[in-house]
Amino acid sequence: MKRLRLPHYLIIGAGLLVLLSLVRRVDGANDVTSSGTVEAMLRLAVPIFLAGLGGLWAERAGVINIGLEGMMILGTWTGAWAGYQWGPWAGVLAGIAGGALGGLLHAVATVSFGVDHIVSGVAINILGLGLTQFLAGLVFNVGHAKELGGGPRQSPPVDPITKISLPVLSGGGGTPDWLGSLEKHHWFLVSDVAGVLRGLTHQMSLLTLVALLLVPVSYFVLWRTPFGLRVRSCGEDPYAAESLGVRVYRMKYAAVLISGGLAGLAGAFLVTVAAPIYQDGQTAGRGFIGLAAMIFGNWRPGGLAAGSLLFGYTDAMNVRDGGQAVHALLLFVAVLLVAVAAWQAWRRSFLAAGLAAVAAAGLLVWFLDSDVVPGELVSFSPHLTTLLVLALASQRLRMPAADGLRYRRGEAR
Amino acid sequence: MALRIGAPVLALLISLGITMVLLRVTGADPVSSVQAMIDYGTTPNSIVDILNRATRYYLSAVAVAIGFRMALLNIGVDGQYRLAALLAAALAGALSLPAPFGQILTIVAAMVVGGLWAAIAGVLKVTRGVSEVLSTIMLNSIATGLIAYLLNPKRLAEMRPGSNNIATPQVPSSGRVGALNGALSAIGIDLPGRLYGLLPVAIVVGVVFWVVVNYTRFGFDLKVSGLAPGAAEASGVSAKKMIVVTMVTSGAIAGLIGMPELLGASYEYSLNFPAGLGFTGITVALLGRNHPLGIAFAAVLFAFLDQTSDVLQEVEVPKEIVGVMQGVVVLTVVIVYELVRRFEIRREQRAVAGELATGHDLARAGKGR
Repeated sequence: MKRLRLPHYLIIGAGLLVLLSLVRRVDGANDVTSSGTVEAMLRLAVPIFLAGLGGLWAERAGVINIGLEGMMILGTWTGAWAGYQWGPWAGVLAGIAGGALGGLLHAVATVSFGVDHIVSGVAINILGLGLTQFLAGLVFNVGHAKELGGGPRQSPPVDPITKISLPVLSGGGGTPDWLGSLEKHHWFLVSDVAGVLRGLTHQMSLLTLVALLLVPVSYFVLWRTPFGLRVRSCGEDPYAAESLGVRVYRMKYAAVLISGGLAGLAGAFLVTVAAPIYQDGQTAGRGFIGLAAMIFGNWRPGGLAAGSLLFGYTDAMNVRDGGQAVHALLLFVAVLLVAVAAWQAWRRSFLAAGLAAVAAAGLLVWFLDSDVVPGELVSFSPHLTTLLVLALASQRLRMPAADGLRYRRGEAR
Repeated sequence: MALRIGAPVLALLISLGITMVLLRVTGADPVSSVQAMIDYGTTPNSIVDILNRATRYYLSAVAVAIGFRMALLNIGVDGQYRLAALLAAALAGALSLPAPFGQILTIVAAMVVGGLWAAIAGVLKVTRGVSEVLSTIMLNSIATGLIAYLLNPKRLAEMRPGSNNIATPQVPSSGRVGALNGALSAIGIDLPGRLYGLLPVAIVVGVVFWVVVNYTRFGFDLKVSGLAPGAAEASGVSAKKMIVVTMVTSGAIAGLIGMPELLGASYEYSLNFPAGLGFTGITVALLGRNHPLGIAFAAVLFAFLDQTSDVLQEVEVPKEIVGVMQGVVVLTVVIVYELVRRFEIRREQRAVAGELATGHDLARAGKGR
């Protein structure tokens, strides 16, 4: 199969938008492409994406980081702790530091002591959870913090980070909101495009902007600088890298620290943008989803961003009146599956075509037979999507060759 | 041999030291805090609770350990046992069979459900190359959603009058398993509280695990597939089949985790049913080095920590410090094990070098011929 390039992706994106718009008209589920949904998607995708970026940095250097969740939890706690005292940006910095501390622990265990990466990650997840729960009871539940609204399971509120809107188009600074008024008409395609654009330009947090900029930054540093080349060489073949004079331990430490810092930033995002406080259980497995998004994105920043947006979108459906919008998505996925079935049949892969056709028929029956999808089932749609995507795509993916392998300095292969 | 017992003990001592420093930092007196935990943990009431908790942890850890034996990390034990317990509870609540059949049917149903749920991850791994770590994490969340969907008055459950709790119908008395206290007092041990009637099942599972892993062809294949997949494949062991079989076995044992509680104490699956045991199982299996006896010690230790954490409240230490202790224990243990492993390798190398220096020079002996 030919390699897909940017124009291909744009055509695919446009096609999906047309299909979504059609589905919206058929089912009257205006939330499918509303600016509110897109806003929520962005807000929910950013923590996943930052965690995934953390995973990317570690795995490019050959260290599997399943402790992202724990590092993210550390980031929420430290972020809220500094945030309620010295403002949200201090919280962001503290969140990065908290996550990096978890990364340091992971680096010590895996790089210096050669502990199994997954085992160390699991331990850091346990430790991150225990430590924050313990410290929350100790710090947020006493004295001044308690007066401000803290408790054993939550911190005092943190001021949110400034949000900005594009002037004229999205109503920034008291100017008219053209896209907003266009969206309200619910016209075919026009209103959908307006909704998506408004969602991307209306009330965007400055931290979201910073996070989005980290895609090109990570790409540039990892693929276009000597430092990035050294980091990636440790993930592909540390022994060859060593023979060329790369300080493998140092590179791995740096990458895992950056990884932890990004996971901590994801946690800080949760307390300074998504919710105004630290809460027990706030991360809700987003670190793991981030890891899945990274694998979905084939260990590359762009793919990882796309994966996070997909998960953020299914999550947003869940948050905003899930049942009806997800009901419309049943039709959307059914149509996609019909297309997959046709494609597989054309390639003479009849088993796959048959399976896709059966699944499409099942979804279609479900769609016609019901009005909403029960909320409990909506709650795991991102996870189910992840699983399906992994099942369908994982054989085309390639991870760094030495990812997760034990490396000892000075030893032969 | 000394190292195999010494390493965990050393790791535990180091974590105890770290915990004591933590207690000191929070302003509590470490020695008297630990003393209070030990005093409380050795009362007869606590012993019963600790044994009951340890039963769950043990089964959970064995389920994880089977995967570890062939380098498979089954993080999905958590979803497997909760889904299995819910469906088995619904089944047991719906039918009333004469004494042994109802119990056996419930337990078998739980094992089947756990095994099937785990099989998804195994099949995805061998057919589509999906890492079992990721798929089981996703399956955990999906199981949580499915349980929320099924545990609904419209479906498998009913509202409990006078509370906000939702539960499956109660297991009829013919389907329950009595407490062990009667049998124990017959041999002169009197304990207050109810000791799970299915505690012996955990012991049996441990023994079977030990025998199967060490003395059967299957156990050998399991270990070899984990240690050297290439060698296993060359000697005719299908790695793919082993992966699926291992996942299914692990899931089936995970299905047992909820049974002592369901059939011996709560008789229903409700919102209060213990959750999160799968993750504790990973920790306990690591601490016990995947050895049945080691796991038993680790399970009792963790149960002890959980049970006695309440006492810490009295000395003004948040009970959540137990979570920190458990995390510290795991991290210390894996690092100490790794250091010991390296030390052993170095000792062996030195021994070989010593042999060579005393004249057994293999290379020269070969040349002379």
